[in-house]
Amino acid sequence: MTSTVKYDQIEVGHEIPAVDYPVHRVNLVMYAGASGDFNPIHWNERHAQAVGLPDVIAHGMFTMAQAGRFVTDWAGDPGAVVDYGVRFSSMVVVPDNEAGAVISVSGVVEEKLDGNLVVLALTARSGDARVLSRARATVRLA
Amino acid sequence: MALNRDYIGRTYPAPAPYEVSRVKIREFAAAIGDQNPIYRDPEAARAAGHPDVVAPPTFPIVFSLSGAGEAFADPELGLDYSMVVHGMQRFEYARPVYAGDELLCTSTISEIRSVGRNEMLTIKSDVTTVAGEPVCTTYNTLVERGGAA
Repeated sequence: MTSTVKYDQIEVGHEIPAVDYPVHRVNLVMYAGASGDFNPIHWNERHAQAVGLPDVIAHGMFTMAQAGRFVTDWAGDPGAVVDYGVRFSSMVVVPDNEAGAVISVSGVVEEKLDGNLVVLALTARSGDARVLSRARATVRLA
Repeated sequence: MALNRDYIGRTYPAPAPYEVSRVKIREFAAAIGDQNPIYRDPEAARAAGHPDVVAPPTFPIVFSLSGAGEAFADPELGLDYSMVVHGMQRFEYARPVYAGDELLCTSTISEIRSVGRNEMLTIKSDVTTVAGEPVCTTYNTLVERGGAA
């Protein structure tokens, strides 16, 4: 249950390079099944457009999971995450084509706390939109 | 329609413990596209110092609203679920969720307020093992579009 990143080697301002996470319709269908969130705005474009959306959109929690994956891959251990919160600021629109959508996540160490804890400020974008805001993860480093 | 403020502070225990299985964790990890062996292989999880397969950080969303569903469906609350979008989400972890956990979840409507034309409702859920060990606390803020108009 230990991060592979050493607290003493990380300074405030340390940047974690962006990672792109592709999203296709099938991913949303799988996420609906795994999470139990079957809201049709996440898989049925007829329904999505009827309620005023441009197209099918990803579950907010799917996007949060991608940024979470970014954090756990950096930390080296999912058990190192002690706090993780986001605000959903824009939609990830997922068209029914080969390209789908891309969620691009990057991070910066915003703060160092006692107890080997660091606070990461995360940025998640899809197209021109910033899809998460106030996204922060607190991680216990080695 | 504005949400009924009388519901602030009301508490909803989940109807039964949630049993965390290796199979469900594997399914969830596959759905988020995460190939980490710690979510699949008990030996890999133990080698990293965990008692069993670990759940990804956002996994508690699978069960943490099961009690509050009763509130959402209550016509006296006045929530039009077809207008709901997810506004904010936060998890505070006392420890990771593991395969084999039997978890109890108690949800409380901690806040209802208007922001512009929208109504915002926050559910705080305390998750413990059946033995009472704290596991995590989740905060789920729903936005009812146009609810305050």
